[in-house]
Amino acid sequence: MVQAMIEAEGLTKRYGETQALAGIDLAVPAGTILGVLGPNGAGKSTAVRILTTLARPTTGWAKIAGFDVVTQANDVRRRIGVTAQDATLDEALTGRQNLQMVSELADLRRAAGGARATELLERFELAYAADRPVRGYSGGMRRRLDLAASLVARPPVLFLDEPTTGLDPTSRARMWDIIRELVAQGTTLLLTTQYLDEADALADRIVVIDHGRIIANGTASELKNAVGGTRLEVTLTAAHAGAVEALAPLVAGRVDASVDGRRLRAAVNAGAGVATAVIRALDAVGAVVDDVAVHPPSLDDVFFALTGTGAAAGQRSADDLDGTGTDRTAHAAAPAPRTPTATARTPVAARPDTFNGAS
Amino acid sequence: MSQLAPTLDVAAPSLSTGSGTFARPFRDVAVLTRRNLIHIAREPLQLSDVLIQPVLFTLLFIYVLGSGISVSGGSYKEFAVAGLITLNLTTSVIGTAVGLTTDLNTGTIDRFRALPIWRAAVLVSRSVADILSAVLCMTMVLVTGLAIGWRPHTSVPEFVAGLAVLLLFTYALIWATACLGMVTEGPESAQGIGLVIVFPIAIVSNAMVPTGHMPAFVRAIADWNPVSAVTAATRQLFGNPNPSATVDAWPMQHPVVASVLWSIAILAVAAPLAVHLYRRRTTD
Repeated sequence: MVQAMIEAEGLTKRYGETQALAGIDLAVPAGTILGVLGPNGAGKSTAVRILTTLARPTTGWAKIAGFDVVTQANDVRRRIGVTAQDATLDEALTGRQNLQMVSELADLRRAAGGARATELLERFELAYAADRPVRGYSGGMRRRLDLAASLVARPPVLFLDEPTTGLDPTSRARMWDIIRELVAQGTTLLLTTQYLDEADALADRIVVIDHGRIIANGTASELKNAVGGTRLEVTLTAAHAGAVEALAPLVAGRVDASVDGRRLRAAVNAGAGVATAVIRALDAVGAVVDDVAVHPPSLDDVFFALTGTGAAAGQRSADDLDGTGTDRTAHAAAPAPRTPTATARTPVAARPDTFNGAS
Repeated sequence: MSQLAPTLDVAAPSLSTGSGTFARPFRDVAVLTRRNLIHIAREPLQLSDVLIQPVLFTLLFIYVLGSGISVSGGSYKEFAVAGLITLNLTTSVIGTAVGLTTDLNTGTIDRFRALPIWRAAVLVSRSVADILSAVLCMTMVLVTGLAIGWRPHTSVPEFVAGLAVLLLFTYALIWATACLGMVTEGPESAQGIGLVIVFPIAIVSNAMVPTGHMPAFVRAIADWNPVSAVTAATRQLFGNPNPSATVDAWPMQHPVVASVLWSIAILAVAAPLAVHLYRRRTTD
């Protein structure tokens, strides 16, 4: 049996009147990535703070590599790397001085620490800025240096709290490559994210946290299967008044339309000839079809179905809790405001099957 | 391509350790002190309160305010230098509170806390960096004093003992203001509240004027103020005019012993309290 490097049972955390965590169980086998998904304020960061010894659980326990996070905190600290949501670098120090300082505090010999700092600066493409104060670094450079600082002592367990939030697409892709490499080399990784595509692309298993509770747990495909239903997406040449009605007999649940009325989305019961039937029904009412897609649900669909909220900002209303995520007509009429973080979601937004009104 | 991560060694940390458990606290303090000194080197202007202010205060007090004050047993200049050292040192320790709250408001403290370091290292390293600044501050007053004609009149051991009394007291005050830094929200409030507390303590004393002409109530406070004890002790050990020697209050009769006792008492209360407050502030 593979040893669980990150284990937790019944973790709760209460801050005054606020129940930040309401009972979390985790078991992450060595050398795998657990993706922790949830909207803002769901309890992701609280869970990470407890697992990395920065906060004490109100009840429950957690162990890292077999060491208790409360009673054996220093043993845990010797085996973990943490990249928090807010950069933890010293602004006045240079990149090299930051890494050197962390390496010495992490109990490396001075010379070993210096060599490790140089190695990481080169590996993370920061060598050119190594002797400049961090104050002048860009967001992407800070994140890379922060991650480098977490890797100085080669920790077997790594916690990344929203490592790509606010990064441009190139920096994000680079961060993904580094994460994949780390896991290939045996690191156990817990990654929190608001981005479903990130969890989909990187995580071996995913837990979805909402209101301090795990509301779903499984691989990406297990979660998608649990939501069930094949997704249908139709793009019309122009909006057509009869299109939604024409599709109604073919779909499970409601049809929702995009802002411009050109795109329609619904859950369908997958069966032979579903695309042909859709085109015929639309043709019969005079709607001209540009594109038809029938595909399994994305993690976005899963997320909406489970939490009833948008991943990025919780902008979806609670009445979307019917389990199918099909109650979107209202949102199409009053589109959700795009949050600043949504701009970083380019990999999703660039996919032709993305539904405008929903993300 | 270089190896980023270990090929899994679960039981032990992957790289060899550099020091034993005994040396760890010293190493942690040394590393973090160096960080504080780099901060100062990066922004030398933050040293203005220990480099420029002491010179300015010394000249202003002696040539402007001092011109109207007469001191029995010598010139105001001879009297004032020891008081100017305590005044400058007492107000400079506000920097400790400011530096600590600044640190606590950045994510850097979380980085330190997730590392296997000695819990008190952040506070101790700050106190070490700040006592080094205090030495600089003291030196500036002494050099300015010497330049305008002030002189100590005792032996070298007595003079050095005077400096030691000053620095011991300053170190105790650094820990007291560390407590302040733990309970203030940010650097601005630390600076503001620090000044409101420290300035009256520094002024209601024998540092700049003899206490003889103060109203009885104020005079009682001044004679028992630890700043007065330290200033009187310094004047005694420097061989400068010390009008407080004629005051009946016990600390004024035994200023050196009183200064050491005050310093130890402040340290004994403030250091554990600061560590306690630090833990409370950084544990959630």
